[in-house]
Amino acid sequence: MAYSDKAISVEKLTKRFGQFTAVDEISFEVTRGEIFGFLGANGAGKTTAMRMLCGLSMPTSGKATVAGFDVFKQNEQIKRNIGYMSQKFSLYEDLTIKENIRFYGGIYGKSNKFIKEKTEELLKQLHMQDEANKLVGSLPLGWKQKLAFSVSIFHEPEIVFLDEPTGGVDPVTRREFWNMIYLAAERGITVFVTTHYMDEAEYCNRVSIMVDGRIDALDTPKALKEKFNAQSMDEVFLKLARNAVRGE
Amino acid sequence: MSQTSTSDRAIIADNIHKAYSAGKDKVSALQDVSFDVNRGELFGLIGPDGAGKTSLIRILTTLLLSDQGSAKVDGFDVVTDYKEIRKRVGYMPGKFSLYQDLTVEENLEFFASIFNTTIEKNYDLIKEIYVQIEPFKKRRAGKLSGGMKQKLALCCALIHKPSVLFLDEPTTGVDAVSRKEFWDMLKKLKEQEITILVSTPYMDEAGLCDRVALMQNGKILSINTPEGIIDSFSKTLIAVRSKKMFPLLGALKQLPEIEDAYPFGEYHHVVLKDGHNVEELQNQVLKLPFGKIELIPVRANIEDCFMDLMKY
Repeated sequence: MAYSDKAISVEKLTKRFGQFTAVDEISFEVTRGEIFGFLGANGAGKTTAMRMLCGLSMPTSGKATVAGFDVFKQNEQIKRNIGYMSQKFSLYEDLTIKENIRFYGGIYGKSNKFIKEKTEELLKQLHMQDEANKLVGSLPLGWKQKLAFSVSIFHEPEIVFLDEPTGGVDPVTRREFWNMIYLAAERGITVFVTTHYMDEAEYCNRVSIMVDGRIDALDTPKALKEKFNAQSMDEVFLKLARNAVRGE
Repeated sequence: MSQTSTSDRAIIADNIHKAYSAGKDKVSALQDVSFDVNRGELFGLIGPDGAGKTSLIRILTTLLLSDQGSAKVDGFDVVTDYKEIRKRVGYMPGKFSLYQDLTVEENLEFFASIFNTTIEKNYDLIKEIYVQIEPFKKRRAGKLSGGMKQKLALCCALIHKPSVLFLDEPTTGVDAVSRKEFWDMLKKLKEQEITILVSTPYMDEAGLCDRVALMQNGKILSINTPEGIIDSFSKTLIAVRSKKMFPLLGALKQLPEIEDAYPFGEYHHVVLKDGHNVEELQNQVLKLPFGKIELIPVRANIEDCFMDLMKY
């Protein structure tokens, strides 16, 4: 396969459920190492689109490659080459920190040596050495989210998908979390992230906004604000999402 | 404030403590929480997950006993008069708790009949919200979209015309447009003289309340009007930006004049240490090798205040 600087490339990707078109011919590309914000109102089709890109849902039509693999034919390879984290599900609460890392490392087929070395490194970075044998369920939410993100990129994926990773997190931890995102992107990991916090949209290199299954806007935050004559991303989002005709 | 009689207060919480057992350990959920809510007030509990918002609401709605302290809602004690309180309050929990296998109309009828009333009797109160879901009144609640579920839950919490309405994170996970709509509904309810206690993790929603309590780790950091909280931020705050935001942040954090620097939307916010001024910072910042750097003194917003209060 030829090397491409595109981590994700999507062309007229569509998903229909019966009569309902959840995702309607979306097209976009994400460059390697980019932080790409994937925004949209509830019910706009973000989750469906993200599931297709993660190899979890078969598209109805269109084309898409993720980390160089075809979403129609190579979804198993996609799963192995991406990381995923959401606010709702990330770690096993009844396993310890160390056990969670061991588990995810094993799932992704990493060697015992790799897991052992990298676990120590990771615990040190997160200042969690003393908590390594504590159950994840007993950790404060902010710690859990930071750990979950680290675990999602533990196997060194090309792309990480983050589905509302900072919901309900305090403002300081939210920023520490974004710091981790930046560091991951600097190491070349492509970050695909959804959020309801519009200030976080500003931290992305580029942002797309979905309305009624389509991508109605895609550009840098700066260009979007200029184009929609808005002071903030919040205003851009409101201007676009208000045009939505379909409910959730 | 201390001279007003208790009857002006819809909620009084005094020195509330609550801890939960987690295996052998005790985890403190609320520590010495005291606050009052005036009648007709829209009061916000603002804080991240784990701040203690839900525990506090559950104590006030008589669903949970505190370990220490006392509380009154609509003049009644949450322990001894719990039955009276249950007749008078509306409660919308954070998790959707209506009957999924009943229709929209059946759910509303059910809640009305539990409180010995009818939909018709208090229809005026819910009318504006209900008309939006009325076209789907024969649909089962489990089949509704998130936004419609939320509207139905609000109608069910209002159908007995409560004097105090408790809303636990009604806007969590909801997009910016639906959040705005929800707050518009609350403003209209306020005109009906219902006292509303609402919790949220979104700092930007503080500005929509009459007064707020900022909460973190089981404690109240500050209680005031949103304006009052912002006015009490006494430090110098400056917004800074350049083309290279991430390295800029690292460099800003190294400057000796700076107490704190953190990303804030399209800018970084810089909090100056006491005894330093904007000019000093400007001289330092303009030496940094990140191209054109823009500096503007700005007024704090609630999130700046929250982050500042978290330090103490």
